[in-house]
Amino acid sequence: MKAKVTVMLKDGVLDPQGEAVRHALSAMGFDEVEGVRQGKLIELDLAKGTTEADIVAMCEKLLANTVIESYRIEM
Amino acid sequence: MKAAVLVFPGSNCDRDLAVAFRGAGFETEMVWHKETALPEGIDVVGVPGGFSYGDYLRCGAIAARSPIARALVAHADRGGYVFAPCNGFQILCEAGLLPGALLRNAGLKYICRTVPLRVEEIESAFTAGYARNQVIDIPIAHHDGNYTIDDETLRRLNAEARIPFRYVTTPNGAKDGIAGVLSENRRVLGMMPHPERAIDPLQGGTDGAGLFRGLAQALVAA
Repeated sequence: MKAKVTVMLKDGVLDPQGEAVRHALSAMGFDEVEGVRQGKLIELDLAKGTTEADIVAMCEKLLANTVIESYRIEM
Repeated sequence: MKAAVLVFPGSNCDRDLAVAFRGAGFETEMVWHKETALPEGIDVVGVPGGFSYGDYLRCGAIAARSPIARALVAHADRGGYVFAPCNGFQILCEAGLLPGALLRNAGLKYICRTVPLRVEEIESAFTAGYARNQVIDIPIAHHDGNYTIDDETLRRLNAEARIPFRYVTTPNGAKDGIAGVLSENRRVLGMMPHPERAIDPLQGGTDGAGLFRGLAQALVAA
């Protein structure tokens, strides 16, 4: 089985990389872009029977730094 | 007095840190990240700068979960001293030994230059060698030194006088110009600047030497 974990900086935490991408898009003429947030997508190959709780534990212990990041799990 | 300097794949200030410890009179051993215990009788652990594990996932994230990290946390829990410049600071935040986190620099650029720091608190072994409000010139070299922390914890750090070093002019976006943070028991210091690179006049200044001297004197007095 597979799962995808999306890790994003929390709302309210300034994302300098997202801002730089937004500036670049704007400089290229994409005036419709009002905001950019950049995050990470982590794909996990998992043994059968792995539970969402297991993945939550992985996120809390390693995959996300919950001081600054939030995560979303898709199984 | 004994110091241990941890070495991770990608550490690049480990030998500088060892030279600084030895210069202040510490017998110093290097400890590889796969070790599960520190050598006997270690007074202070240095967690060096560099790019441990290639900064994969997040700066310091993998190092903070490495085998030696458990021994490091146990040493800190026992009241042992820990000095962690640059990537070391990132590792300690990831390990939960210090609050907050280090984000990408606000200007997105890697910054490598010597900057003035103000010594705001002198009540710790690391800062005993300085005068309050003394301005010292210390090199920085980092891409992710933009310290962030929630407001409530920041208030606590201020109230407990746990921010010993602030940038005179913040180069990286760090909240309130915070350059370094002490643990609650004041024996663990993480900071983005590199005092260990400012101990030899041939390298442009010795303002960092006071930190190692102060630490050595505190241990002798203890």
